[in-house]
Amino acid sequence: MTQTAEATQEQAKRYVGGGVLRKEDPELLTGQARFIDDIALPGMLWVGVVRSPFAHARINGVDGSRALELPGVVAVLSGEELAGDWEAGLPCAWPIATRSWPTPTDEDPRMPDHWPVAHDKARFVGDPVAVVVADSRAHAKDALEAVDVDYEPLEPVLDVEQALGGDAPRCHEDLGDNRCYTWTLENGEVERVFSEAPVVVKERYRHPRLIPNAIEPRGVVVQPAPAQGEFTMWSATQIPHIAKVTLSLTTGIPESKLRVIAPDVGGGFGSKLNVYAEEAVCLAVARRLGLPVKWIEERSENYLGTIHGRGVVQDMELAATEEGKVVGVRARVLADFGAYLQLVAPGIPLLGAFIYHGLYDPEAYLFECTGVFTNRTPTDAYRGAGRPEATYAIERTIDALARRLGKDPVELRRRNFIPPFDEPRATAGGLEFDSGNYPATLDKALELADYEGLRREQAERRARGDGKALGIGLATYIEMCGLAPSQVLSALKYGAGGWDAATIRCHPTGKVTVVTGTSPHGQGHVTSWAQIAADELGVAFEDVEVLHGDTAIAPLGMDTYGSRSLAVGGIALWNAAQKIKEKAKRIAAHDLEVSPDDLEWTDGKFQVRGVPDKSKTIPDVAFAAWTAHSLPDDVEPGLEATHVYDPPNFTFPAGAHVCAVEVDTETGEVEILKYVAVDDCGNVINPTIVEGQVHGGVAQGIAEALYEEAVYDDAGNLLTSSMHSYRIPSAAELPSFVTDRTVTPSSTNPMGVKGVGEAGTIAAPAAVMNAVADALAPLGVTKIDLPATPERVWRAIRDAKGGAQ
Amino acid sequence: MIPAAFEYERAESVDEAIDLLGRFGEEAKLLAGGQSLLSLMKLRLAFPTALVDIGRIAGLAYVRGDGDRIAIGAMTTHEDVHRSELLQEACPLLAHAAGEVGDPQVRHVGTIGGSVAHADPASDVPTVLLTLEADLVVRGPGGERTVPATEFFKGTFEPDLAAQDVLTEIRVRRTTGLGWSYVKFHPRAQDWAIVGIATLVQRANGGIGTARVGLTNMGPVPIRAAAFEQALTSGADVREAAERVVEGTSPVSDPFASAEYRTELAKVLARRAVEEAIGRP
Repeated sequence: MTQTAEATQEQAKRYVGGGVLRKEDPELLTGQARFIDDIALPGMLWVGVVRSPFAHARINGVDGSRALELPGVVAVLSGEELAGDWEAGLPCAWPIATRSWPTPTDEDPRMPDHWPVAHDKARFVGDPVAVVVADSRAHAKDALEAVDVDYEPLEPVLDVEQALGGDAPRCHEDLGDNRCYTWTLENGEVERVFSEAPVVVKERYRHPRLIPNAIEPRGVVVQPAPAQGEFTMWSATQIPHIAKVTLSLTTGIPESKLRVIAPDVGGGFGSKLNVYAEEAVCLAVARRLGLPVKWIEERSENYLGTIHGRGVVQDMELAATEEGKVVGVRARVLADFGAYLQLVAPGIPLLGAFIYHGLYDPEAYLFECTGVFTNRTPTDAYRGAGRPEATYAIERTIDALARRLGKDPVELRRRNFIPPFDEPRATAGGLEFDSGNYPATLDKALELADYEGLRREQAERRARGDGKALGIGLATYIEMCGLAPSQVLSALKYGAGGWDAATIRCHPTGKVTVVTGTSPHGQGHVTSWAQIAADELGVAFEDVEVLHGDTAIAPLGMDTYGSRSLAVGGIALWNAAQKIKEKAKRIAAHDLEVSPDDLEWTDGKFQVRGVPDKSKTIPDVAFAAWTAHSLPDDVEPGLEATHVYDPPNFTFPAGAHVCAVEVDTETGEVEILKYVAVDDCGNVINPTIVEGQVHGGVAQGIAEALYEEAVYDDAGNLLTSSMHSYRIPSAAELPSFVTDRTVTPSSTNPMGVKGVGEAGTIAAPAAVMNAVADALAPLGVTKIDLPATPERVWRAIRDAKGGAQ
Repeated sequence: MIPAAFEYERAESVDEAIDLLGRFGEEAKLLAGGQSLLSLMKLRLAFPTALVDIGRIAGLAYVRGDGDRIAIGAMTTHEDVHRSELLQEACPLLAHAAGEVGDPQVRHVGTIGGSVAHADPASDVPTVLLTLEADLVVRGPGGERTVPATEFFKGTFEPDLAAQDVLTEIRVRRTTGLGWSYVKFHPRAQDWAIVGIATLVQRANGGIGTARVGLTNMGPVPIRAAAFEQALTSGADVREAAERVVEGTSPVSDPFASAEYRTELAKVLARRAVEEAIGRP
């Protein structure tokens, strides 16, 4: 069932499974890629956004007269002036109401108004309150400082726990309080299991807010065609299709007259899985002026005006037997949604809700999440989205349980793993996992890390009282990807489907165009999709062109996020290829004057059984289908097929990561000595791309563990508002990673793929923090929170020694 | 990202730069490598009305021996200071510390003179020049003067430079035979020091004969740790002496570190820095 990566290589097709070079790289490496800021249109004006300097303030007036006197300034528009430009507010497509799953709810979701430009109150530092339009970027920037906004500062609410207090300031007065929802999922007899269990561990974890920091900030260009009422919007987005639907609702521009293009996009990590005020504003301004407009986000704006991630407080409890069998899991989460509900924010905790039991098999399971409004930048999906939080909670608490019971964390995990399975299997959270072999993955990781050797070295260091403490951390994880069957999404109140689409067009010259509904922004779909199409159709990799990210070219799509692209869009492509082959087989049989049943697909062509020299390739058939000189009855000319794929289930990648750290007990500095990632994402299309995803994800997860944290002051100002103060590690701070895989093909889809985009980010924070906690445990440290900065580690050590001297 | 509007002139000589500064008035700034100033302008934290660019003046970038001194042109880049064989051999503390500044891009454009004139207490080079007891050569409308580094840093971003002054040269003594170290504690390679410690020690009779210790980011200006130096030379155990490194300091609390942590960190790093210097021939 579980194969090694090497074994699958032997079965490799011509391209799938091989590390072909990325088709995307030549243009990226030679500076010929076309990002949003490379787009300049004749007569284009620049838009700038005036942002609130207060976390919470009433807006008593906006005076643009000083700005309008500056050179090049065309317009200043307040939120009030723009109010008539909107048919609806900015979209939140995941309206979750208070509910005890699976009982249906009769409560209405609590959805605050979210206008693109605020006109009553500013609700976070960075909230758009007015817009300027000028003839150059510099003039727009100067004009921003000359717009006079009359603010009446109000007391902000910043902390999620304080926000739920009765006397807390209200982010949205009309909602009564700051609670968005409380959503509960319960399986089994939770109360009984916890009250009867001989061992219960309870831990509290704080995840700071994280700032996604795509290297390319956001940007929008809009070209209106006033006579036709048409608009073309280029946006640095992960979701051109969803943006088209929702922005049409916000602006009232008919969807049929709105074309959205995602050009080359420089990273997203979820931050561009959103529909933003500036997109709506640029459409509205272009509509008002009849001229093309452009807005490019500044880096410092990005820290305030683009969504943040995480920002949760988690109370995690495990009930266990004395032997260490986990029998109950109880997770209670407070999630900071910030000032408004962005596109999918309410659903983010639900992406973790079902998997707080990790790879283990308790009989009782409770997840409860309360979403909270605060006067801070809205949060939403950030790489991993809900699953890193769940993995962190279960994996750190499993280690806490191991310490409580005096057991090795490896042993405890083995005792609790769901045993290997290759048919769908029900789990404590209520999902059906597709396939898995968790012990195999862990074994491989331990071997690569030399776990026994690390433990020996640790014992030696501890024996000699080394000031550099060695810590060893594990994290195993389960991920739910391939979001998702549309019916499941409906039950979860998601506002869209989980399908994706692909079209294959076989040209008469033998070349092939693939049109995909996914919208890559660094993932390499152009390469992977070409590998799949080339193998399925028996054509050369070089002959496959992949188009994406333009709603006029690829009208059907659900875009790229949540590790869904291969498991959904890739399967749509595979299915489209089968449709091509079905039609081609009939044409080939007609040409060869045999029955379709006499043909077999061998070596990438249709061949008459037993007559190897009688065969037709897809390019042969494509030419015949184009000339249409001789086609079977009822076969239409042309060779083209579209497939829209709605997955029957999620996919469930899993893995085991091992991290060894050295903690300088005098300074608190943590250095990673070794990092091993063994991931199981099912079958692999391109191992180089998979490895790249794991490297990037692990780096981002290490950053979450040791470096990144959005820090606010008491007035709600973001103190870490630049790349100087918000620390993203570089290659200089990161170790070499050891990566490997096990392969347990998914039973959900015909390619057996699962998805890998978020794996590293899901496992690494827990692996690193478990290692830090392991290093500090002999010093008496029982609690260490994210991120383990030198000062935080130093304080933990000092406090364990008995406080300040 | 986009600075406020400003005037710009490129000076062809130091004299012309002095004249231009006079013409533009108090709100003008000299532009050297621009690695500090331009960032502040882009963030609209600095609004000079005019920049006088001295980046193209011939003859301001050099490292040359001058008896027991080494003279360094103010426009010498950090990278050239770092790579200078003369400095590596005769003043390795400075050559080493220049290689710790910022990141490679910054080091190839940023200059020693620009860093000193910026007078940021979190910068490495000012602390090292203070420790080296360097002399700074300044030219203004009234002619040339030499200011000891010990008197140059008057406050945060406040060098001893009048409105029309141009820092032209840095002079350091050879440190042949002295042990040295620069310990920079920074979470990421490109970060400023949370705390930095520069040391120069002379071993004598199994102990420490002379010691000079400079501190980065432990107050509004680079600081000499006089109490620590004295304790070291009077024969105290390094670990005990290191407790005194924070006397006279006033570190800030910021998102990177609290004052309390900086204080405790300085003690640990001071001990390590001196041990490193002693162990270095």
